[in-house]
Amino acid sequence: MGEPDTAEPDEARRIATEARDRVRFEEEALALADQVYRVARRFVSSREEAEDLVQDTYARAFRSWQSYTPGTNLRAWLLRILTNLNVDRGRRIQRRPDELPLEEHDYYLANRVAETGGEQVLDQDRVVERLSQDSIVTALSSLPDDFRDVVVLVDIGDFSYADAAQILDIPIGTVMSRLHRGRRLLKATLAEEAIT
Amino acid sequence: MSMDDCGKCEQLLQGYLDRELSDDEVAQAERHLDGCDYCRRRYRFEESLRTYVRTSAAERMPPGLLEKLAQLRTTGPGTSPI
Repeated sequence: MGEPDTAEPDEARRIATEARDRVRFEEEALALADQVYRVARRFVSSREEAEDLVQDTYARAFRSWQSYTPGTNLRAWLLRILTNLNVDRGRRIQRRPDELPLEEHDYYLANRVAETGGEQVLDQDRVVERLSQDSIVTALSSLPDDFRDVVVLVDIGDFSYADAAQILDIPIGTVMSRLHRGRRLLKATLAEEAIT
Repeated sequence: MSMDDCGKCEQLLQGYLDRELSDDEVAQAERHLDGCDYCRRRYRFEESLRTYVRTSAAERMPPGLLEKLAQLRTTGPGTSPI
């Protein structure tokens, strides 16, 4: 008797809080768009595909925003959606083991550069710029998908091994071995294509 | 410095730059690098290569994409309760 009816104000407050959280989520996600695009662009072969992939990612993210835990890594959460969508698109190429590019040792590219200009050439500050930027983009896109995904996430997206493992849903040991092999494959490809 | 040491140092290259080695392995790599120009040059090369790959591969978002993404919002900026 005489109890104030608190149900309605509580409900109104809950709705207002949720709306505010949702707006904040959308704004934080949009602030990461450039970084998300940067990774997406290297997952696919054209700018148009990357734009589509990012738009599909954000459409899904905005719909399922409540499954994001505030305070966790939002960029990794978005990339998880993006990599799943990319796999679903089914454009990834399955390669037979004999189609893998040849993997060389870690010093291979530096050795090849040194062969053309002498050992001292490696002391020059900008020696890596002998490789054209286009050749780097081409070499990256020629990596087998599983290797490229890890190299792109860690070396271009700046994700930790742990984040990359979570995004790709693979064990951290697999991230490390694919990353190390992927980088060696990348250098071997650059050595073949970029040094004339 | 022996070829074996350089081979071992080469195997530590990626872990070293990723800061993923144990203290013992870091000490082992650094001891070798201190006395070996050959490996030191290759470590430095790898470091600049990583930076260069990152900058070469970074492509900015095309103009207009951010607006398209903003249109996918379920809450319009105009409906913001803040």
